[in-house]
Amino acid sequence: MVFLTRIEHFNAAHKLYNPAWTREKNEEVFGACANENWHGHNYELYVTVKGDPDPDTGFLYDVKKLSNIIKERVTEKLDHKNLNEEVDFLKGKMCSTENLIIGIWEELNSHLPATVKLHSLKLYETARIFVEYFG
Amino acid sequence: MERKVAIFRKEHFNAAHRLFVPGWTDAQNFEKFGKCSNPHYHGHNYDLVVKVTGVPDAQTGYLINLSDLSSIIQKHVLAKFDHKNLNLDTKEFAHLNPTAENIVFVIYEILRKELDEALGLTVRLYETERNFVEYPAN
Repeated sequence: MVFLTRIEHFNAAHKLYNPAWTREKNEEVFGACANENWHGHNYELYVTVKGDPDPDTGFLYDVKKLSNIIKERVTEKLDHKNLNEEVDFLKGKMCSTENLIIGIWEELNSHLPATVKLHSLKLYETARIFVEYFG
Repeated sequence: MERKVAIFRKEHFNAAHRLFVPGWTDAQNFEKFGKCSNPHYHGHNYDLVVKVTGVPDAQTGYLINLSDLSSIIQKHVLAKFDHKNLNLDTKEFAHLNPTAENIVFVIYEILRKELDEALGLTVRLYETERNFVEYPAN
């Protein structure tokens, strides 16, 4: 069993804001992240797949193809976007890093070939804040 | 012997912005600024490196107390820009396109006023790990 990781990145705006709450309550819970006019991050995404290398190619999976799937299904939808307003798979959800990584998992998992198993995702919001998800 | 030294402080802030020229159409802005002109904004983790140069004080050995430098940056730069929308929430960029170039000019001018005239100052601003600017350009 080999684990293969591809790193991609995207830059986006978001806010942590529950529309069912007052502005005061949002500021109390989310602090500066509740700024109604948004703020933003450089996100870094680690996608790890697992399996055994193909005897003919030596590849677990063509990493260029993996990169293309991540770009098409995930980063093109997120890069230079407003996560709260412009992303189909986040509609109606709170734009926390936790929800973002779960949404990315669902987007990717359904579009990888059956032979490739998604093992984990790691998503950095800043150099010192990241989440991991194993499905 | 007077020995000149450079001392650095790194700070960071997270902000949203949009690049556009107000008099242009969305199409013109998109042609010039690409996806950076998205009217819904996008954002970055900005890394700021402040370089101060000069001759350390003979008695203390300090050029500048780094804790003081950090406080100056916090109070005069980060408090204005961190977790803000540069276009909407700051007076500095209400009428100035928040390109990395303009942001570094603004930060330089802010810090220049707060530091002793005898000290040299250079500001480097990373918009991403691979895109960064520095002012003054020597």
